[in-house]
Amino acid sequence: MSCHPSSNSKIVNRKNSKHLTIALAGNANVGKSVLFNQLTGSNQIIGNWPGKTVDRAEGTLRFEDYDISVIDLPGIYSFSTFSLEELVSRDYIALEKPDVVINVLDASVLERNLFFTIQLIEMEVPLVVCLNQVDVAKKKGMIINKDKLEEELGVPVVLTVATRGEGIYELVKTAVEAATRKPQRKEMKYSSDVEARIAELARLVETEKLELKYPSRWVAIKLLEGDQEITKTVAAKSKKVIGVSEILSQELSSSCQEPCFSIIASERYSLASMIASLALRQNEVKSTFSEKLDWVTTHKVLGYFTSAGVIVGLLLWTFIVGNFLSGLISNALSFIAPLDPKVSGSIISILWNGVFGGFVAGVTLVIPFVIPFYFLLAMIEDSGILTRVAFMMDSVMHKIGLHGKALIPLILGYGCNVPAIHSCKIMETRRERLLAAFAITFAPCAARTIVIFGLVGVFLGVQWALALYAVDLLIIFMLGRIAMKAVPGKSTGLIMEMHSFKIPSLSVVGKQTWTRTKSIIYMVFPIYIVGSALVQVLYAFNVLTPISDALAPLTVWWLGLPVVTGILLILGVVRKEFIILGAVAIFGSTNLGLFFTPVQLITLALVAMLYIPCLSTFVILAKEFGWKAAVTISLANILSAILIGGLAFRLLTLFI
Amino acid sequence: MYLKIGANMTRKSVEDYLKAVYELSRNGNTVSTTEISRILKVAPASVTEMLKKLAEKNYVEYSSYHGTTLTDNGRRIAEKVARKHRLLERFLHDVLKIDNVKVHGQACEMEHSLSDDAEESLCRFLRHPDQCPDDGKAIPPCDLQIRSCEECIMLHSKGLEEVGKHTQNLVALDDLKEGQSGKISFIRGGHNLLQRLLDMGLTPGTKIVVVKIAPLEGPVELLVRGSKLALGRGIASKVFVDVEH
Repeated sequence: MSCHPSSNSKIVNRKNSKHLTIALAGNANVGKSVLFNQLTGSNQIIGNWPGKTVDRAEGTLRFEDYDISVIDLPGIYSFSTFSLEELVSRDYIALEKPDVVINVLDASVLERNLFFTIQLIEMEVPLVVCLNQVDVAKKKGMIINKDKLEEELGVPVVLTVATRGEGIYELVKTAVEAATRKPQRKEMKYSSDVEARIAELARLVETEKLELKYPSRWVAIKLLEGDQEITKTVAAKSKKVIGVSEILSQELSSSCQEPCFSIIASERYSLASMIASLALRQNEVKSTFSEKLDWVTTHKVLGYFTSAGVIVGLLLWTFIVGNFLSGLISNALSFIAPLDPKVSGSIISILWNGVFGGFVAGVTLVIPFVIPFYFLLAMIEDSGILTRVAFMMDSVMHKIGLHGKALIPLILGYGCNVPAIHSCKIMETRRERLLAAFAITFAPCAARTIVIFGLVGVFLGVQWALALYAVDLLIIFMLGRIAMKAVPGKSTGLIMEMHSFKIPSLSVVGKQTWTRTKSIIYMVFPIYIVGSALVQVLYAFNVLTPISDALAPLTVWWLGLPVVTGILLILGVVRKEFIILGAVAIFGSTNLGLFFTPVQLITLALVAMLYIPCLSTFVILAKEFGWKAAVTISLANILSAILIGGLAFRLLTLFI
Repeated sequence: MYLKIGANMTRKSVEDYLKAVYELSRNGNTVSTTEISRILKVAPASVTEMLKKLAEKNYVEYSSYHGTTLTDNGRRIAEKVARKHRLLERFLHDVLKIDNVKVHGQACEMEHSLSDDAEESLCRFLRHPDQCPDDGKAIPPCDLQIRSCEECIMLHSKGLEEVGKHTQNLVALDDLKEGQSGKISFIRGGHNLLQRLLDMGLTPGTKIVVVKIAPLEGPVELLVRGSKLALGRGIASKVFVDVEH
């Protein structure tokens, strides 16, 4: 992570063509990604929850004669290397030295954000402060004196509303100016007690010539704070510096009766508090809309309803809108050609039927459900309600060894497991990331939602589909508890900033929906069509029969499903939609209700929901946690699907 | 602790009253005279008389309309007695193998005469027990403001660090009610947790307001430095606050 390809080319290019690198840094959820998208025109996924950008994103921007690389760093609160993101961001800024760092601040939480700004100033990087969300601050009755802030910080300040693109031009202009001229520096002064020791240690670091890539004063501060990484790095070069730093921090902590890291954090915060109070005037305001929403969403009764409402609403909306769109498209298509081609005739006609069947299935079963789903998911992500759900559900999540924040990746898992597992990085320990990822593999992603709606919702009614989701939640909870017991270790507690609600911006939501839908259309659609044709040919020539026969004891005897299900389940390993698309291809009709009994539809949907992580999910599991964990999780998936599927089949036959 | 005892008051009676109010007010309510009379099996008139005396000594706040609450002084004494009581119960039950039903009465007799030194030794001897045997109630923390035995053991094995200073009248953050405010006094925890909380603005002396408490032992939402921060209950129990009244 500490070295990336563009860093070398940057140095080469800088002399002839005008190339600059701008890094965006700041607290979590202050609007860095919105700003990044505004600057680079890319479609970085945006969400109103902390920790969304877990890796840094890169994009480019052309401004006057400059080619600018923009780096979006993950949101962090400090450089104390509590988490991987903090270390990554710190190393990037200190070691790769971007030409200018834009520190993005949430204007409505100025004091807390300035704590980080002071640390950036200490790193002595060319800095521009971007005071974002000034509209929100204004609504909260805050009046910000920009000139005063500039004076106190000694760096240029630009006010922006990134969601509306306000102030972006000025920001880039100021950043380019800051990058090209030597900035004047203002030192952030601690109390004389602390300051004297920082100066002494910094002088020593200087004279010892440690050849660190960090500024001496910053190293001195970090040593006094007892930063593990820096202490290790310095210890390898000079024991003397470490010895002196230990004596100095001992002196400080005994004179203040307080550990040194706490003294420095406290003083840094008093600086931030002082600057904020000079630059900000707070007027009394009536409670904002966001606060009223807050009251409802964290109410001791209503809060649970809204939490449940988010999930149920998402699914209901997907089904109703999806069904409606699906009907419209089917009707439109039926004008062109009959929808249910038969498997007969020459290879060409079988192939053609397969291609057409794949296309129809994709257009009528996948797209109509995926678009409304992603649309509402983007709205939910953008609104900030996810942090409230995490807040309300914290105690429940503790029962499966996690804390509330894990609910955010879990809900994202309803969209797609892959980014959801990726975003498990917001959890603090490997154990928690693993437990969360395990739970996510059982979360019915959009692909499984298609299977559930396509098999159960359409033919048996939406109440059955919703019941399946409820059963799924129960399964996640029970297996989560087993996993918690199986993976040894302690759970950490929740520390999460609760950001204000936002009215989701339609353009942001629209873009996000399109980005996610596009990947399905471009990447998956061709495979559907080719795959569908292939399946029909293979099926017509009886190539697949041995496979389905081999699986028959499991599929027919234990799960009570038709023999062909064996093939479908194998296809579904690649992507879960292939289960339903494969069925359409094999039966040559989208009217699957004719080929399965109601019990079979439900059992198949249940098994499809649980039975194995799809290929891409498996790959990301292996990447994040290693092969062993990925295989173990998959086996747990398979076993629970077989067990629960078989039980469900036997139970359901009693009632239906 | 030095106990001020007036005429017609014995150490035992003062401590019994304070303990009764303490137990009855645990859910944050004020306590009525009838409730106390029921628990102590004393006539309501005598209870009223005693409460007035205790109010004079500044152990309780008493009003015939609103009922009784403990003052900070009173609470300290009551907690101490309750703690001694439960430690004794553990001792009687675990070591002397006395029957569950009988330990309570016996402990009630002994609690008033147990010295503070003996209490500490007993706690150590019993390996810092967490709950008493007969009713499963938590043993109140000792003066070290330690919430659970796990913490005490960790503190002794240096696994825990502290920032800030112990002052009088400390309340753990998770014992505060919605709308209450106070100043961070000290925080106890592993190094990473402390660093994280400091980074988020919870430095000693910082003013906080409890905005929301999630039900079912859920997190506590604080207003700190103009930002809203949710802390899990476990973490909140390690943050001690000087409450503003």
